[in-house]
Amino acid sequence: MTKPGWRDLAIGAILEKGGTALEFKTGDWRTYKPIWSQEKCTSCLFCFIYCPDFCIEIEDGKMIGINYDYCKGCGICKEICPKQAIEMILERR
Amino acid sequence: MPIKALTGNEAMAEAMRQINPDVVAAYPITPATEVVQLFAQFVADGKVDTEFVAVESEHSALSACIGAAAAGGRVMTSTASQGLALMHEMLYIASGLRLPMVICEVNRSMSAPINIHCDHSDTMGSRESGWIQIFSEDSQEAYDSVIQAIRISEQAFLPCMVSLDGFIISHCMQGINELTDTEVQEFIGEHKTPYSLLMDGHPFTIGALDLQDYFFEHKRAQIEAMENVLPIIKSVGKEFSKRTKRGYGFFEEYMLGDADICLIALGSCAGTAKVAIQELRDKGIKAGLLKLRVMRPFPYKEIVSALFNIKAIAVLDRSTSMSTMGGPVFIELRSALYDNPVHPLMVNYIYGLGGRDIFPRDIVEVGQKLENIKRTGKIEKMIDYIGVRE
Repeated sequence: MTKPGWRDLAIGAILEKGGTALEFKTGDWRTYKPIWSQEKCTSCLFCFIYCPDFCIEIEDGKMIGINYDYCKGCGICKEICPKQAIEMILERR
Repeated sequence: MPIKALTGNEAMAEAMRQINPDVVAAYPITPATEVVQLFAQFVADGKVDTEFVAVESEHSALSACIGAAAAGGRVMTSTASQGLALMHEMLYIASGLRLPMVICEVNRSMSAPINIHCDHSDTMGSRESGWIQIFSEDSQEAYDSVIQAIRISEQAFLPCMVSLDGFIISHCMQGINELTDTEVQEFIGEHKTPYSLLMDGHPFTIGALDLQDYFFEHKRAQIEAMENVLPIIKSVGKEFSKRTKRGYGFFEEYMLGDADICLIALGSCAGTAKVAIQELRDKGIKAGLLKLRVMRPFPYKEIVSALFNIKAIAVLDRSTSMSTMGGPVFIELRSALYDNPVHPLMVNYIYGLGGRDIFPRDIVEVGQKLENIKRTGKIEKMIDYIGVRE
């Protein structure tokens, strides 16, 4: 696909739609990967509140997993978890 | 047209009142001038419909302006010196996103050492930020330019700062020929944007990540927008002069027609220089003045053609680039003259840093030295300083 030249771009680098950050997956920035233990988790949702990338997935008020498409592996969820339900492991690709 | 005795600050605030912007976000950091305070009074007295956002810093002030402009508002603010420096990051955001807005800027020195008085280091420090920059000799020009800046900025989709000299003009009272409120509104017209964050049902993204494959194209388009500013300034100035008989171009030529030596100045010093030019003429020296009004974009082609018959030039810079090659106007003008078949002799005088006064006699001396340079063809000092103790 040929990319447009500078004359054909919208003024001010505007994109004619919303929610475009979804298309930019930041999960591959990760070095350490959070592993969630469903057994230990009490769904207090501290991690949901603290996660800077909205990567804690919840359903009906319960934690159901982690969105690895956007999780950058910062480890804040592990630090904040009162039940040690999240473990950070070195991710090898 | 009513004539009012106003200080430079009051003249700018009065222009803002008549423009009646949708949003003004500002913070009076030291050394801010009274512009914002005066405008806040207009808001408090119900004389404008403006949403006044009092923020906690200039960085936030310009951030709020950017948001308001993206929402389609007509936006203004005012600052000076360190305040403009604190806006620096956001200056690039405003211009890169191509958001029209106007800053009433009062030229004041950049600390350290701490100093609140006039020089051009603050404004010149922002000359690569993608803002249109218009300097004013006096309060009348500042008042007129602020009104024109709204049109220029909104037509070019680029932000614009109009500056006047701190204290010398900002705190000095002068008779201002005002337009009526209706005339100002007629002149600036309605603010129209092709897009707005508040457009219902038309979501768009502004300020998205723009990497190696697109950023350069966006910057190229921004440079083109800057190229297109000059004709806009010209046509807006022409229309303004039709109403007011006060003409505005990129620069003013004073006794330049038959001159063989020329002084270049911007801001209040141009007024002092005019007095000095008269005195030099009385001494038989054919001196002229080119008063630069538009610094960004730099109207180099027009300046070069105006200086065609000039044998020697002295550029008066009220700031230094710290490059050891002189002040910003000197450097840019020298570069502009490079392609000329004949090269005039050029010297640079740095003056007035931190509010140091400059007198007609100082500029007369510059003219006499320049006459000597013209006659002998010899430059002893390419860069010199007026009024600094050795």
